[in-house]
Amino acid sequence: MPAKPTTGILSILKTAVVNALIALVLFSLMVGIRTEAGSDGQLTYWMRFGELASLVAVVFGGSIVIELLRQWIGPSGTEKLVPPAVQSGMAFVGRFLAPALLIFALLVPVIFYNQRYILDLAILVLTYVMLGWGLNVVVGLAGLLDLGYVAFYAVGAYSYALLATNFDWSFWICLPLAGILAALWGVMLGFPVLRLRGDYLAIVTLAFGEIIRLVIINWQELTGGPNGVPGIPRPTLFGIPLDNSDDGLAARLGIEYSPTHRIVFLFYLILALALLTNWVTIRLRRLPIGRAWEALREDEVACRALGINTTTTKLTAFATGAMFGGLAGAFFATRQGFISPESFTFQESALVLAIVVLGGMGSQLGVALAALTMIGGFELFRGLETYRMLVFGMAMVLIMIWRPRGLIGHRAPTVYLTKAKAISSDLVKEGHG
Amino acid sequence: MSGEKILGVDQLTMRFGGIVAVHDLSFAAERRKITALIGPNGAGKTTVFNCITGFYRPTGGAIRLTHDDGKQIALERLNDFRIAKQAKVARTFQNIRLFPGMTALENLMVAQHNALMRASGFTFLGLIGVPTYRSAEVHAIELATEWLRRVNLLDRADDAAGNLAYGDQRRLEIARAMCTEPALLCLDEPAAGLNARESAALSELLLSIRDEKGTSILLIEHDMSVVMEISDHIVVMDHGVKIAEGSPREVRDDPKVIAAYLGTDEEEAMAVMESGS
Repeated sequence: MPAKPTTGILSILKTAVVNALIALVLFSLMVGIRTEAGSDGQLTYWMRFGELASLVAVVFGGSIVIELLRQWIGPSGTEKLVPPAVQSGMAFVGRFLAPALLIFALLVPVIFYNQRYILDLAILVLTYVMLGWGLNVVVGLAGLLDLGYVAFYAVGAYSYALLATNFDWSFWICLPLAGILAALWGVMLGFPVLRLRGDYLAIVTLAFGEIIRLVIINWQELTGGPNGVPGIPRPTLFGIPLDNSDDGLAARLGIEYSPTHRIVFLFYLILALALLTNWVTIRLRRLPIGRAWEALREDEVACRALGINTTTTKLTAFATGAMFGGLAGAFFATRQGFISPESFTFQESALVLAIVVLGGMGSQLGVALAALTMIGGFELFRGLETYRMLVFGMAMVLIMIWRPRGLIGHRAPTVYLTKAKAISSDLVKEGHG
Repeated sequence: MSGEKILGVDQLTMRFGGIVAVHDLSFAAERRKITALIGPNGAGKTTVFNCITGFYRPTGGAIRLTHDDGKQIALERLNDFRIAKQAKVARTFQNIRLFPGMTALENLMVAQHNALMRASGFTFLGLIGVPTYRSAEVHAIELATEWLRRVNLLDRADDAAGNLAYGDQRRLEIARAMCTEPALLCLDEPAAGLNARESAALSELLLSIRDEKGTSILLIEHDMSVVMEISDHIVVMDHGVKIAEGSPREVRDDPKVIAAYLGTDEEEAMAVMESGS
């Protein structure tokens, strides 16, 4: 972007020509020449001038449109676009957005009782909300970039699956165990990476995620390898199964059995787990440990000078985040009834991290909105078929241009004397690892 | 030197590869006194500071801290956060290191981390909200408020530290260090970048910390008006060794000090030294 706003047709044309030239160079090999293996295996190729010309023309035209738009909107950095009335309106909406979302979430099974697809989607969204909130502790609060979060999700899922299928323990015993085991793995990952910062930490956590997945694939005797773990027991309502049997919930209540009962139960289960994650995180933020996490993100050296044990502080952040990931994993296992290593690829880690970054690092509401946008939006574009990923990707890019620090770009203080003032995200550090 | 010793640095040596940053340095700081460490740029002052506050492990020598109860602590054996936690040595930094995205009050709350951690039963009791933690938090907020008042930042308590003016940030950093309730406060160039009025206010603040709180202060400073006004004892370093030591008056008149600061042109040096008095 030019430093000072340039005007005039000449400068617009100049920009457009430069962009078109870059496009010409880029696309001349990628699109302009088509190569194929001939009938005898020899290389045949031909030029596609038409396609190349149309692409360059699109770039040229697009550049002019974008430049015109830019001049119409005004130079970047000015925030006079939003009138004060709209701003106060947005603040009003902002205050009631979280309670409104919560009430809506509680009512989803009532409103969409007959729409199985929406209920399933809501459960999926809530799973990612929970994962996002869990990772938010590590990335958003403590500022430790974790690219292997899916490892804890996998540990939780497999812990639950193996404990439930091998020992026949109930869901309510296995769930906390899965959380504890995942937290333990969080500490185990934490120890070797304590000295690493930034990019190096990201690489090691990425590798850790892959190691867990590879161990699951190869330890066939325990995990079933690529075949996964089938027949994971469904959760019960404190011992009462939600099925068609004589002592099932429907029979006991004397109502007609419907498979939707179980879906609704799963929905409220994941909602409760997600809200637990949220509640614990909000409380932790106001406790000394939470403040130490945020201080660690802001300045690790200063933390040490104040006598804060950065080692245990980082480990607790890893463990807390991992525990929530493990709980979400256990839920995933019981919901699916079958798990295999395919569900725990790097793509899941990237998706959860994208949710945290898009939401605005450290913001609970932002993460919830981002999960809704990412998972819901992805489904919304299903009608576009082949172009779904393209449109979705472009939407992500646009959101990040519009709000570079995430949907909720400010930090709420954890304690105040007279008035809690939101802190602009420009001041808040992202952490260095 | 008379009086009770709080910090004793004995034959401290710090080498970085082939470079000797500090060589065989010995000095002492007295309890409830302000000791200044001065010297030209590159004299090794900050290196001494980093050795005392545990950011470097000295190559040789001993650093002894004596607490009020007579307990002696070997600082060169402690490292990292333990210096601040166990030995109660707090420090500020030459280039201010606040938590810019947190409010002034939050900065002071983080400083009371260890006390609050104990009160919150290492988070577990705090999570369920036991009353003992709540009262500890109220107490911590009171301490923070008191320090905000002392450094004249009470009306900025809920503003982000990164939004404060430079001079305010300097004072907030001192307040943050004091919130750890230290035995020894180490200040690395607290007056750097301050104007004359702010420097005067800083001098007053440091004197009140010494007189009212009874905290011993060790400071590095280039601003001679501050050093000469508030120091009880001055140690002068050049090229990693101590070249002079004594009261402000003795140091000011020492030809070796003048030479170190301004070469051998004594007339010019005298002029600068006089202007600081």
